[in-house]
Amino acid sequence: MDVVSQLQKQFIDFSSSLYREGYVDDQFSQLHKLQDESSPDFVVEVASLFFDDAEKLINSMARALEQPCVDFKQVDSHVHQLKGSSSSIGALRVKNVCIAFRSFCDAQNREGCMRCLQQVSHEYTMLKSKLQTLFRMEQQILAAGGSVPLE
Amino acid sequence: MTTTNGVASLRLISDEIDGFDLSPSDTEEVHVLAVDDSFVDRKVIERLLTISSCKVTAVDSGRRALQFLGLDEEQSVNGFDGLKVDLIITDYCMPGMTGYELLKKIKDSSALREIPVVIMSSENILARIDRCLEDGAEDFIVKPVKLSDVKRIKDYLTRDVNLGNEGRGINKRKARESCDLSSSPPSVITSSSSPSSPSSPFRSPSILSSSAPCSPPSTLDSPTSRLKMTISD
Repeated sequence: MDVVSQLQKQFIDFSSSLYREGYVDDQFSQLHKLQDESSPDFVVEVASLFFDDAEKLINSMARALEQPCVDFKQVDSHVHQLKGSSSSIGALRVKNVCIAFRSFCDAQNREGCMRCLQQVSHEYTMLKSKLQTLFRMEQQILAAGGSVPLE
Repeated sequence: MTTTNGVASLRLISDEIDGFDLSPSDTEEVHVLAVDDSFVDRKVIERLLTISSCKVTAVDSGRRALQFLGLDEEQSVNGFDGLKVDLIITDYCMPGMTGYELLKKIKDSSALREIPVVIMSSENILARIDRCLEDGAEDFIVKPVKLSDVKRIKDYLTRDVNLGNEGRGINKRKARESCDLSSSPPSVITSSSSPSSPSSPFRSPSILSSSAPCSPPSTLDSPTSRLKMTISD
């Protein structure tokens, strides 16, 4: 198997695993439909926006939960935003944690919220790492003169 | 280069129109004003619209949207008719002014009320959907927004031109029904990831999938009547 074919196979396997393991859902593949010659880095660009957004929001949630008197509405607002952007990018696991997180905000359950904060932070970190790996693999294929296989 | 599909179909419809008095903006690209406070969502909706051959202006709040439309805080229009907007698509949940409040302000303005408004929301709340549609929203899209949602909206925008802008409200929805065989299902039930979807024939995955053919018109009613059927389930 030549280098390009090998890289392409690895890419397909890795990409499939992201869907199979629920890191990303169909919306992530929908985003790929929006990428073309006029916007060749669209997915990477959206992902970068998402990473920035998520990090800010997670930090804000952490700060809000550290307060002696927690403003659960404020926490919920941040979680709601993260849920929205994770949904738009297809970040399924992050989104699902946000859904649970909101219930704890509604219940004003600080411990539950802290657990969710840890979970969402973990899922986000995993996803960022996975996506960066995926994007790196795409670059390797392109650098080797191949084309990135479609979903 | 963007995809040719959207442009080709728009040109075809324009070519078929005879004897209609079209203002310049009707034969040019559809100009959409997108309103969303989320960076990620703004980028996605902007791209969805651009790839569907629409000209896009994206703003991050209802206030900025009204400024762009020339409706300043004194509720008067500044005689600003340069950049005509053909459609407004707005998020529902936004700090400051919600999408619903923006909808009301637009529909209350004699200068702007004719502009169709589509609301987007990550939450599939029937009461919310009903209220928006009843108060003048053209359509309600449950996020995440897909290419098929944008295509559908654009299709009936251009069809609206064919009807000489007469297909308002219920009539427009009926017009959409009869063309449903060629377009994707209405978006109020598109979100297959929505946890709140009850099981009913209208929500089965085969109908929701945009690649599956639509059921015959008799089983697809306008969003409002479908919602009423769902509520009584």
